[in-house]
Amino acid sequence: MNLANFKWDQDDDGIVTLTWDMPDKPVNLLSLSAVEDIAKAADAIAKDERVRGVVIVSAKKGNFCAGADLDEMAAHASGGAKSMKAAFELMTSVHKAFRKLETCGKPVAAAINGAALGGGLETALACHYRVIADDPTIRVGFPEAQVGLIPGAGGTQRLPRLIGTMGALPFMLEAKRIDPNAAVGMGIVHKVVPAKDLVADAKEWVKANAGAVQPWDKKGFRIPGGGPFSRSGAQVFTVGNAILRQKTYGNYPAQRSIMSCVYEGLLVDIDTGLKIETRYFVKMLMSPVARNMIRTLFHSMQELGKGARRPKKEAPADVQRLGVLGAGVMGAGIAYVSAWAGIDVTLIDTTDEKAKAGKTHVSKLLDKQIARGRATKEKKEEVLSRVHPQTDYAALKDVSLVIEAVFEDRAIKAETTKKTDAVTQDTAIFGSNTSTLPITGLAGASTRPKNFIGIHFFSPVERMGLVEIIVGEQTGERALSVAIDYVRKIGKTPIVVNDARGFYTSRCFGTYTQEGLRMVAEGIAPALVENAGRMAGMPMGPLEVLDSVGVDTALKITRAARKEVAKSDTPDAVEEQMAWLVEESGRPGAKAGKGFYDYKGSKRSRLWPDFVAKRQDWNTDVDVKELQTRLLTIQALEAARCFEEGIITDPRDADVGAILGWGFAPYTGGPISYIDTMGAGPFVERCEKLAVAFGERFAPNALLRDMAAKGETFYRRFAPKAAA
Amino acid sequence: MTECIIYDAVRTPRGRGKKDGGLHEVTALELASQTLKAIRDRNKLDTSKLDDVILGCVDPVGEQGSDIARVAVLKAGFADSVPGVQINRFCASGLEACNMAAGQIMAGQSDLAIGGGVESMSRVAIGSSGAAWSQDPSIAVRAYFVPQGISADLIATLDGFSRDDVDAFAVESQNRAANAWDKGYFKNSVIAVKDDLGQTILERDEHMRPGTDMQALAGLKPAFAEYGAVGFDSVAIQRYPQVEALDHVHTAGNSSGIVDGAAAVLLGTLEAGKALGLRPRARVRSFASIGSEPCIMLTAPADVSRKVLKRARMTLADVDLIEINEAFASVVLRFMNEMNAPHDKLNVNGGAIAMGHPLGATGAMILGTLLDELERRDLAIGLVTLCIGAGMGTATIIERI
Repeated sequence: MNLANFKWDQDDDGIVTLTWDMPDKPVNLLSLSAVEDIAKAADAIAKDERVRGVVIVSAKKGNFCAGADLDEMAAHASGGAKSMKAAFELMTSVHKAFRKLETCGKPVAAAINGAALGGGLETALACHYRVIADDPTIRVGFPEAQVGLIPGAGGTQRLPRLIGTMGALPFMLEAKRIDPNAAVGMGIVHKVVPAKDLVADAKEWVKANAGAVQPWDKKGFRIPGGGPFSRSGAQVFTVGNAILRQKTYGNYPAQRSIMSCVYEGLLVDIDTGLKIETRYFVKMLMSPVARNMIRTLFHSMQELGKGARRPKKEAPADVQRLGVLGAGVMGAGIAYVSAWAGIDVTLIDTTDEKAKAGKTHVSKLLDKQIARGRATKEKKEEVLSRVHPQTDYAALKDVSLVIEAVFEDRAIKAETTKKTDAVTQDTAIFGSNTSTLPITGLAGASTRPKNFIGIHFFSPVERMGLVEIIVGEQTGERALSVAIDYVRKIGKTPIVVNDARGFYTSRCFGTYTQEGLRMVAEGIAPALVENAGRMAGMPMGPLEVLDSVGVDTALKITRAARKEVAKSDTPDAVEEQMAWLVEESGRPGAKAGKGFYDYKGSKRSRLWPDFVAKRQDWNTDVDVKELQTRLLTIQALEAARCFEEGIITDPRDADVGAILGWGFAPYTGGPISYIDTMGAGPFVERCEKLAVAFGERFAPNALLRDMAAKGETFYRRFAPKAAA
Repeated sequence: MTECIIYDAVRTPRGRGKKDGGLHEVTALELASQTLKAIRDRNKLDTSKLDDVILGCVDPVGEQGSDIARVAVLKAGFADSVPGVQINRFCASGLEACNMAAGQIMAGQSDLAIGGGVESMSRVAIGSSGAAWSQDPSIAVRAYFVPQGISADLIATLDGFSRDDVDAFAVESQNRAANAWDKGYFKNSVIAVKDDLGQTILERDEHMRPGTDMQALAGLKPAFAEYGAVGFDSVAIQRYPQVEALDHVHTAGNSSGIVDGAAAVLLGTLEAGKALGLRPRARVRSFASIGSEPCIMLTAPADVSRKVLKRARMTLADVDLIEINEAFASVVLRFMNEMNAPHDKLNVNGGAIAMGHPLGATGAMILGTLLDELERRDLAIGLVTLCIGAGMGTATIIERI
């Protein structure tokens, strides 16, 4: 039998092994062509009396199937009734193929030798039996909801029919990826066996289960744990709906659609359920939320992660030895992620004690990983052995990259730069992990400004996936490519921005907290402001986020900006709010256990009663939607200004950086996608209205006006160059 | 337009809605049919003159299922020609049944009818009929579904009612109900539920806790804090984002009790009553139901009261007595604040916090209570209203003859 994506081998027992091997791809995708193959194979299996059963396995290393072909999908999401119909037919054909397979009358086993995600897991669920290799790095899961889609190849119907709603719903809604043992524990996979026995086990099962039928095709089938109107089902959905809103604030239609697919689908038979799933899937596929999330969180992230922004003519750099200056939480975090990636780290601080404390911090981070089952004791020892605490700069002699994470003070930074330049090789790159100080200025202290670059990590380093790379006026292409290659090596996503106060992320993010404080200054009830921020899709309310970064730090930055940039002696309402809290009330933020909120330990409790009692006439009669609009618009507008000023040049950097860096409402796909989706014209109009109502800070810039006049989008005007 | 006259109203006592409740052994059908029989027997009614029997029931499944009104008609031994219909306006079903009967009569399409309701909450648990409202994500998420207790706590939070405020209201409800029972104010309407041997099974509301004081109530656990913590607080806050956190002030002691019971009200035209020798007691002046914001859910009594007052060309000052269902203390406190309704004119004989709330029947029960008290005090105008699940309210204004 000739198939485009599968190899057909029939053994002497009459068992056919279908080996999935998508041509010219490192992984298998559930493409249209693969689906056609499955349908064809299922027909042949049903008809051919010599075939006793089937085992599906993959030829790709570490991969069973990575899911749908998102590029193929994107072609159907371009909008219009025609593409909608095409998408609908495509998904219907997937269901037909899978139904053929699972009702072919012969046992079908999936031998899962690697990652089975999305459509890959759905293929396995359309088999009667699933056996998985005992490789702990294998992941199975439904990542669709992360990019605004839903499992569309039967996942929302087969999984709850297999393991019940209680397990299936959170698994799909939270896009969990689990290892083989967990998959068996949840009942998603039947058995874990050593990798070498995988196909043999599947064949044994096929031999022993001649008349295999899916549970849902058996007479008298009942949903495990009960359907939506069973006692437990009522609980699952009533409470589940509340949790859904609690977590998504109604901003993520995919999660709601998954919930609806399961609810509506379980009230009918599987074939009707699959139809229902298709309707929801296509609706999600066509939605701007999915389009934006797929672009930013899948394509752009992947491209940036592959080094899309690195100068192509520079040879790849493989940093083997790294120097980190400053062994505080930040420096130790950088040492940890670097050592984890196999880099030898010299961790320098002023005293032996401080340097060693940094290594102790690394050790603690490793203990946490062990507790979570993500590292072994051996791994810990191995990683720790790469961290060398030091006080002597001479130890930096052979490193190819130095990252300073010392106090945010020009003089101190200048001193460390000079000391480093004195001992390092001429080729060594110096990265400054500053979050606000312009790189060009800092580079003034360097004897090799070409090698000086900003490498801005986010806190906590071990959890934040973004690194903002800042190119100063004199920074050379070699420095840029080394920085990007280093960031890729430690498994984080690099964005590249040009030099200015606050760079890109800190600058845009600052507008969010400032706008929140302005609302409070206007007399809008603090709870309303906070809820508006969360409902807009931000991870925290503006006051909460100020508490967590330190209101004292924010005050310092605001004050410095006023004096140095605005050259003003009069603090504005934003600064006054913070000064009142920090200086008059002695509440610097979460670290101290007191800021805008009270804290019980590290846990946020209620807004500080004295803050709430500051006025009796708090305004609660404001449309929360208007507040949400203000909070998102001010950030997106700042991002647009960054484009005009050349601080940021690539929409991918802007969107990925916003979501990964400061948690900008992910459902929008980022601030630039937010503007593009709305259209520059309507966005300008909105800004103008807001400027009249709330002040000039909302005035749209020349770039936006020009784009509005020409009907342009950022993604077209600043079209990213093809990936390197 | 034909006038609709109220001729009689009866109710069963309310049995605790648990296994050890006094009416737990009695079927819902039996409860409903005993109220129908009482209407027939007290009025020596030729049942063939009845045009309809409309009964409210909120969980019409199992023994309360299909159309319990028609079955109760048959069980009561009424003439075969009497139809029956079961309706569901959630907590206001009993009053809605009376309003629908009144509507038929006022429209000239019916001469004599019974409205009422039944709910055996000890036998058919609340929520047994299932509901898209709470479970279907396409509406529950969009419309900010929360359980009623969360809505009640939300009202308290927004209006600033403290735990003491709601507890004090509950104490007063208990005191008033105990006083009314002690003085026999309910004896005109309450019929004893009897077995086939003629023995009394229950003759007095048994949910009441006379002598309840603030201290006793203060010891009760907030009933909805756990619901709030699993996610419903967040849902309510997303709908009312000016709220930082909900104050969970409601407990089993200041919320309506879960009980069993049934009620029936006889309504008809003046002519039909005259022909049958019935004594006209009151006329229906106006009635209405209304929808309101469904997350806070329980604020419509004020809205619908304004609607029926307007329709009757009255103001609240014209109303002598008010019965509002005590679903939760905050519901009544908000109504009093919003309508400027004096407590001494409202729920003068206590309410559901003391005596319980048999969902499908309560509306008809408190209509009867209102009529009895208007007569006892020799007053003219009464308003009865209930808050309703999913954000609705029903109200009726009656005037004594």
